Order: sequence, then C-alpha cells, then structure tokens
Amino acid sequence: MQELNTYLFVAAILFSLGVFGVMTRRNGIAILMGVELILNAANINFVAFSRFGGMNIDGHIFALFVIVLAAAEAAVALAIIINIYNNMNTINVDEASALKE
Amino acid sequence: MENIFINYSLFILFLPLAAFVIQIFFGKRLPRQGDWVSVGAIIITLILSIAMFVAMLLGDDPAFKQEASFTWLDMGAFSIQLGFLVDNITVIMLLVVSLISTCTHIFSLKYLEGDIRYSRYFAYLGLFTFSMNGIVLSNNLISMYMSWELVGVSSYLLIGHWFEKDSAANAAKKAFLTNRVGDIGFFIGIMLIYTAIGSFVFDDIFEGVSTGMISGTTLTLAGVGLFFGAMGKSSQFPLHIWLPDAMEGPTPVSALMHAATMVAAGVYLTIRIFPLLTPDALLIVAYVGGFTALFASTIAITQNDIKKVLAYSTVSQLGYMILAVGTGVYTAAFFHLLTHAMFKANLFYGSGSVIHSMHHALHKKHDHESDPQDMRNMGGFRDKMPITYWSMLISTLAIAGVPLFSGFLSKDAILAGSLSFAQQHPQHFLLPVFGFGAAAITAFYMFRMMFMTFHGKPQMPELIDDIHESPKEMTGPLVLLGTLSVSIWYILPHFNPISTHGSWFTSLVQPVTAVVPGNLSAHSIEEGAHHAHNLAMGISIGVAALGIGLAVLMYLKKVLSAETWRNRAGFMYDWSLNKYYFDENYDKYLYQPTLRLANKIAWIDWELYDKYFINGFGHVTNWASRVAGKFDYDIIDQILVDGLGRIVDNIGNIIKKFQTGKLQNYLLYVTAGVIILMIIQSF
Repeated sequence: MQELNTYLFVAAILFSLGVFGVMTRRNGIAILMGVELILNAANINFVAFSRFGGMNIDGHIFALFVIVLAAAEAAVALAIIINIYNNMNTINVDEASALKE
Repeated sequence: MENIFINYSLFILFLPLAAFVIQIFFGKRLPRQGDWVSVGAIIITLILSIAMFVAMLLGDDPAFKQEASFTWLDMGAFSIQLGFLVDNITVIMLLVVSLISTCTHIFSLKYLEGDIRYSRYFAYLGLFTFSMNGIVLSNNLISMYMSWELVGVSSYLLIGHWFEKDSAANAAKKAFLTNRVGDIGFFIGIMLIYTAIGSFVFDDIFEGVSTGMISGTTLTLAGVGLFFGAMGKSSQFPLHIWLPDAMEGPTPVSALMHAATMVAAGVYLTIRIFPLLTPDALLIVAYVGGFTALFASTIAITQNDIKKVLAYSTVSQLGYMILAVGTGVYTAAFFHLLTHAMFKANLFYGSGSVIHSMHHALHKKHDHESDPQDMRNMGGFRDKMPITYWSMLISTLAIAGVPLFSGFLSKDAILAGSLSFAQQHPQHFLLPVFGFGAAAITAFYMFRMMFMTFHGKPQMPELIDDIHESPKEMTGPLVLLGTLSVSIWYILPHFNPISTHGSWFTSLVQPVTAVVPGNLSAHSIEEGAHHAHNLAMGISIGVAALGIGLAVLMYLKKVLSAETWRNRAGFMYDWSLNKYYFDENYDKYLYQPTLRLANKIAWIDWELYDKYFINGFGHVTNWASRVAGKFDYDIIDQILVDGLGRIVDNIGNIIKKFQTGKLQNYLLYVTAGVIILMIIQSF
C-alpha cells in the first residue's frame, strides 16, 4: 500500500503545481502547461488506482483517453492563443479582456 | 338535391350583397365605376329567379315548400332558430324583386349617368336587393326583422342620395323615423309572440296559436303589433306621411323601392302572418287598408307633381292590398302586389323618363326655375315620347282597372273579397264603399295625370322641341313592364279575360285557413268571393268608366272646367292639395310638443344634473385623485419602487467586483471554495 500513497503524493504535488501555474501565470502558453500538469496528475492517479486498486485495465484506458483529449485541447488552445496574438500582439491573458469592456 | 330551391335562393340572396361589398370598397376604382358588377350580379339573380319560377310552374304543386333552418344563437334553454323558407309565394316574390331590381339597375345606367355618387348608388341598390330578398326568404320573425331594418337603411340611403338638397336629406330622415315608429309595434308583436310561444319560426308560431298557447286579446295585440310594422313600411294611414316625401330620391329608386318592392314588404308580412290574425285584428287591418285606399286617392287628385300623384296612388294601392288581407282574401292581396309591382314600377319609369327629358330640355334653355316634375309645365309630349306614352298608358289602364289589363283582375279579386265580406257582415258596409270609391278616384286621377302630361297643348312651348324619347336603357324596362301589365300573362293557361279562375296563380297560391278559431275558413271566403265576383266586376267596371269619363271630359275635351270645379269644391280642394294638412298637424301637435318637451328635459339635464351632480362628482373625483396621486408618488414611487431599485443597485455594485473577467481569479475562487468545502467536510 505504501507504493500507492507514494504515487498519490507525486500526483498531488503535480496537481498543485499545475493549479499554481494556471493561477499565477499571465502567459497563455504557461497556463496551458499548467493545465497539462493537472491532466497528467489525473493520469498518474488513474494508472496508480488501476494498478493498486484492483481495477484491471480500466484506468489505463482512461489514461489513454485523457492523453488524446489533452492533445486535442492543446491544439485548440494553441490555436486560440495564436489568434489572440495575431489580434493583440501579446499572449498575456490579462490584456485579452475585450469582452469585459 | 331536395333543397335545390334553397340553394338557388341563397345565391339570389347573396349575389347582390357581394355586388354591394365590391362596389362600396372598390366601386370608384373599377372601370365605368363598377356598374357592370352590380348589373351583372342582378342579371344572374334574375336568371336564377326565372329558373326557380319555371321550375315552380312545371312542378305545379300548391303545397310546395322547402325549409332550411339553423341555430343562430344557443344559450342553454334559450336558443334562436333562423332559416330560409321557399314556397310558391316566395318564388313569385323573388321573381318580382329581381325583375324590378334588374329593370331599375338598367334604367339607372342612363338616368344616373354622370352622377357624382354613381358607384355608391349601385352599391346601395345591391344592399337593398339583398335585404329585400332577406325579408322574402325568412322563415322566422327575427331574420325578417333584421332584413326589415336593412331595407329601412337602404331606403334611407337612397332617398338621401342627393343629400346636398335639404329636402332630400329631410325626406330620408322622415322616412327612417316614421318607419321606426312602425317598427316599435313590430318589435312588440314579435316579443309578445315569443313570450307566449317561445319560437320565432312561422310554423312553430302557427302551431302554437292553433293549440291555444296564445289567444284572445294578447293574440290580437300581437297581430296588431306586427301589422303596425307593416303599416310603417307600407305607408298606411296614419304613418303614410313619409312615402310621398320619399320621392326626393332618384326616380328609379322610387320605382324599385317606393312603389314595387319595399313598400310591398309590409303587405308581404301581413300575408305571411295572416293565419295568426284574430277576427278583431283582421277588422283593424281591413279598416286601416280601406281607409288608406280612399284617403290617399283623394289627395292624389289635386297633386301637380307627377311623382307625388304616383306616390299617393301607391299609398292607395297598398291600402287595397291591406284591405284584401283584412277581408280574408289574402291571395288576392298577393296577386295585386304582383300586378301592382309591374304597372306601378312602369309608371315610375315612365315618369322618370319624362322628368329626365324635361330636365335636359330645361337645362338646355338654362331654366333652373321651372320644376321638371310639375305637370303644369308639361302637356303634348305624346308624339315626342311615343314609347313612354304607350307603355305608361297600358299601365294606367291597368291601375284604373280596365278589362284586359292586369290591374283589373287583381283589383276585382280584392273588391269581390270586400263585397263578400260586407255581405256576410252588413255592419261593415263601409269597406267595399272605400274600395269602389278609391277605384273610381284612381281611374280619374291617373287619367288626369296622363292627359296633363301627354295630351293637350304644350304648357311650355319653348321646351317642346327639346323633348326627346329617352335612350334604350330607359325605354327597355318600360316596354318590358308595359308588356307585363297586360292581363294575358296572369290568366294563362286559360284565356278567360275576366277571371283568374284556373290560372297558374290561383292554382299555385291557394289560401290556407287561419289557425285562429273564429275566422272564416279559406273555403268559405273563396266561395263568398266567387259569388260576389260578378257583382264586384260590374261595379268596378262602372266606377272605372266613371272616373275615366270624368277625366276625359275635364282634361281632354275640356267640357267641364277644372277651374270651376275647383272653386266649387272650396275647402275640400285645399285640404286635398295640402294632403289634409297632415304634415302641418303632425308638426303642430306631435313634433313641436315633443321638441318642447325635449328642450325642457335638456334644460333640466344641463342646468341641474350636469352642473351640480355631474360636475360635483367631477370635483370630488378631482380631489380624490390628487390625494391618491400624492400617495402614489411620494410613498409608492419614491420609497417602495425606487428603494427596491436602490437596493438592487447597491448589491449589484458589490457583486460586480467579483466578476473581474480574469480566468485566474475565477480559478482562485474555485480552489478556495474547494479548500473551504474540504475543511468543512473534515469536521
């Protein structure tokens, strides 16, 4: 059981780092990286529970889906960021507040 | 298939209405101001009527009857049935209405040419035809009453066609109001019958009467009430005052409405309700009719306006029909309605043709003073207007009751009926006296009119060269109706010129016995009339000859001087010329007191009621509204409504700060929230 806790611990750190990155960064790409960290923390949890929680292969399958989703999400998000850059000459998300005005 | 007559008659009913709607909305924009719409619709109507008439002749069934009814109003226990009824009387009446209406439409094409309200005139003609057919087709009192009022409206509109003339506007008003007086009676009659029987449909009413659901004085009152409506519409004494004034309308209108059809509606109503009239009610009907017949003819003697002569003659002839209903020979009344419609419409077209011609002649001479309707300005038109002359002469012979002409047959039937009535009830000897007296006077004044208009020397010689025969549109109806005033059409399939016995009319329109106990049966009435027939015919030819002879001596041969006789008659001449001062007396004893009373009431209304009560009420209301307004503004608006707004505004300002639009802030809130939840969870 000691091993599971270890994995969860690593995942929790990864998750916290991800959340911290998303919350503190102003750079769009850095935020994206934070999101990737969060997703990967989830992946570690899936795989860990799959291995030690007696859930067979289900967790691995989910982890694979998440990776695919993460790739798709990254593609869409990068496209958005490129558009923001094209329009505003910056990727600072605080600047992109046209809707607020 | 079995109700094919009803279907036809619905077309007959609604085609003129469609023409009216088209004309009133689009008339002015259509080519020729849309007269072809109206004329086309009415001609189709005529064709359908003729088809129905022929089918009726071929069917040859005296008991023929088709009825279709529907529920118009249903409120639980209270429901009103309306419907249509087609029987032989209806079919004949439809033919008369469509025929005269068609003639009038065609006649008007030229008579009204260039009129400023040409399209509207045709629209109203359509409305009239629709409502008249509505009366004819009703199988109940309610829809008949509606159409009755519609007829009154169209009469009002058409009499007042030239409303720029004060006289026309006033005449329209007078006609409308006088009719209203009669209609009140009609309405009371309807209500009395409905209260007792609970239905407006004729068949139900007759059944109710025969089973005694309504009887005695109530029934008499109801009958007289209904007859009062007929008196208004058919212009019977003492409500006769409107018809002569109604001649202010265009002459074709006079022919259609105020001679042939509309005024006959009253007679038609009396014929329809005949079975429920009690002996007392019938007696009233007979006396009103008989008296009107004589009374109106004595006025007609002295009139100089050609249309006024015809107007009073119409009143008198309607009196005849009413007399016939009163004495029980109501089929004779309907027969006279039929023949009268033809010859009287024709006489009016003739007078219209003369007036038209006079009008143009006067116009050419720039004479706007002389009256184109005054017979004293005419004379010697016979050679100038031969078609008008001959067709009018035929109609005059018909109305005078000369054998071989239609009026002779119908008048004879009426006189025979009244004579037989007097033989059975000797105390009512006055009724045939009224009838024969009126016959003599009618013959006299009609020929007086003919001689003054067409014979002798022209009274305005400078005009005579400009008098011309009217165009084809006007002479066509004259010729047609003149032809229909000859008796041959009414005695077919037999050729007995002195009796309608066995003709299509008598075999198709057979009298039914009244459902009221105490009345003579149809059979005995017919027997009596048959016995009195020869005597009545003898006297009637005698009096007609007397009247015509006098007219010839006085106005053609000038053997008797009209002047001398006028002086000899003294005050009677003045009375007759001034219509027995009816208008003046009504004015003095009826209108003026009413006006004074109205003024008094108006004074009370204005000075007392309005100034103190209503205005006082206004002050109170004003004060109350001020208080209410203050309360509303200061308390509700300022504190309640605005306060709510301010609260919302403040809350909004606070909450606004959380919504920064920055994603990171939101995520921070979410994370904080999750952490708080976790902390709560852990306790």
